[in-house]
Amino acid sequence: MKTIKLYFKYLIILLKSQMQYRGSFWLLALGQFLVPFSVFAALYFMFERFGNIKGWNFFEVALCFAVINMAFAVTECFARGFDTFSNLVVSGDFDRLLVRPRSTFLQVLGSKFEFAKLGRLVQSATVLIWDLVNIQVKWDFFKIITLIFMIAGGVFIFTGIFILTATLCFWTVQGLEVANILTDGGREMSQYPLSIYRKWVIRFFTFIIPFGCINYLPLMYILERAEEKRILCMISPLFGILFLVPCLFVWKAGVRHYRSTGS
Amino acid sequence: MKSNIKAYFSVFRLRLITGLQYRAAALAGIATQFFWGFMHIMVYEAFYENAMGTQPISLKQIISYVWLQQAFLVFIALWIRDYEIFNLITSGNIAYEFCRPCGFYGFWFAKLVAQRLSGATLRCFPILIVAFLLPEPYRMTLPPDFLTFCLFVITLVIGLLVLVSISMLIYISVFITMSPSGSMTTISIIGEFFSGMIIPIPLMPSWLQKIANYLPFRLAADMPFRIYSGHIPADEALKGILIQLAWLLVLVLIGKISLKSITKKIIVQGG
Repeated sequence: MKTIKLYFKYLIILLKSQMQYRGSFWLLALGQFLVPFSVFAALYFMFERFGNIKGWNFFEVALCFAVINMAFAVTECFARGFDTFSNLVVSGDFDRLLVRPRSTFLQVLGSKFEFAKLGRLVQSATVLIWDLVNIQVKWDFFKIITLIFMIAGGVFIFTGIFILTATLCFWTVQGLEVANILTDGGREMSQYPLSIYRKWVIRFFTFIIPFGCINYLPLMYILERAEEKRILCMISPLFGILFLVPCLFVWKAGVRHYRSTGS
Repeated sequence: MKSNIKAYFSVFRLRLITGLQYRAAALAGIATQFFWGFMHIMVYEAFYENAMGTQPISLKQIISYVWLQQAFLVFIALWIRDYEIFNLITSGNIAYEFCRPCGFYGFWFAKLVAQRLSGATLRCFPILIVAFLLPEPYRMTLPPDFLTFCLFVITLVIGLLVLVSISMLIYISVFITMSPSGSMTTISIIGEFFSGMIIPIPLMPSWLQKIANYLPFRLAADMPFRIYSGHIPADEALKGILIQLAWLLVLVLIGKISLKSITKKIIVQGG
């Protein structure tokens, strides 16, 4: 309980400092809104022209878009400390975190919270609401739960990727932008149902980085297109949530290695 | 005048050499770009599969469009920012820049052009070479004839100058707003969208294409790439060059004039 209280204290301090530059804050938030908005507009125009993509219609794809963007937005806000972890290591500030009596994970988590990134969350939530109104789905209790798990699963997957990338910083800070393939790339890919891609892509993004668990499988359940293994499709987002566990182990191993090399 | 040009040239050379040293980062960047190229092509492929009737631009032309976007990303992306300039402005050290014997605008213009040239030369050849060797349908195609290729190179280079003149205006605006990231993100998004980087301009609905045609953003990316694939025929390409030059003139003039008026009433932060 104490750690949660501490985390919220961190958040309030960060909010106050970021709101000092009001104009800059709102411009940044607007920019964060416009980025996914332009991608969504492009999606809309493509569907206006082509009608459907491999059998999926606009609102089905828009659901994927909303889910993955909401998950990404939430993660970007909370786990930004891991995203920019290389700065912490290079500047030596991480050593200060190591000597404090609290978990390093919590401190890195609380080191950054960019409130302007909520602009993306606003945009994707708007898309979600619009989509829920228009999509042809008979919603019931289980489908709504599945939808919530899809978003939660996405948050855990992205957080796991952020943590893995941050752990890499213990060994090298060069060439880290390749990890963008998994975060930005994963997000852009998962805005479409994964079935539109080639087989090897689907396999990689289902079994290695489990985006498929929060995209194609539960989508089939919600749209009532899953012919077999319906229960599996419904609970598949939970595999996405489990993805975080090995990432945390890797993080702990990384911290141990960093400590032992006598930085 | 001659000494000015010599000075600009040596700045150019220096930047080129420094840029070439960032090879590790470049390799990682190339890998990333291949991913993005493949991804975009797979999405277009999937859309075109169910396309009813002919589209305003063929899938083959879209594929070369995508690879050219990736290969020349450094030429066409507005959001590549020179933090050096931003820091100089907000810290006040910009005052030293005005003490240089050559014109401020020209100096930074040459610097930015050199940055992008060195960045692109590193990446474009590996990406293009591999793109030509890929299996169908991902493969990049050659331009229809040599004249088209020449027109492509000319419009690409002039387009780069147009883009740099736009980015100069962004840097100049930081003198007023003192906030680099805020205005940068918003303008970059609009610029990116209307240069065809998020959705190719020929695939936009016609009302949006009209808007895109009035803006200069398409001149650095969309126009040269469509000239390459022959989507824009030679006679229209020549008209395009004239439009590019006109915009270049206007943007440079606006840049120089606003810079002059700003330096007259400069607020040097930090004393």
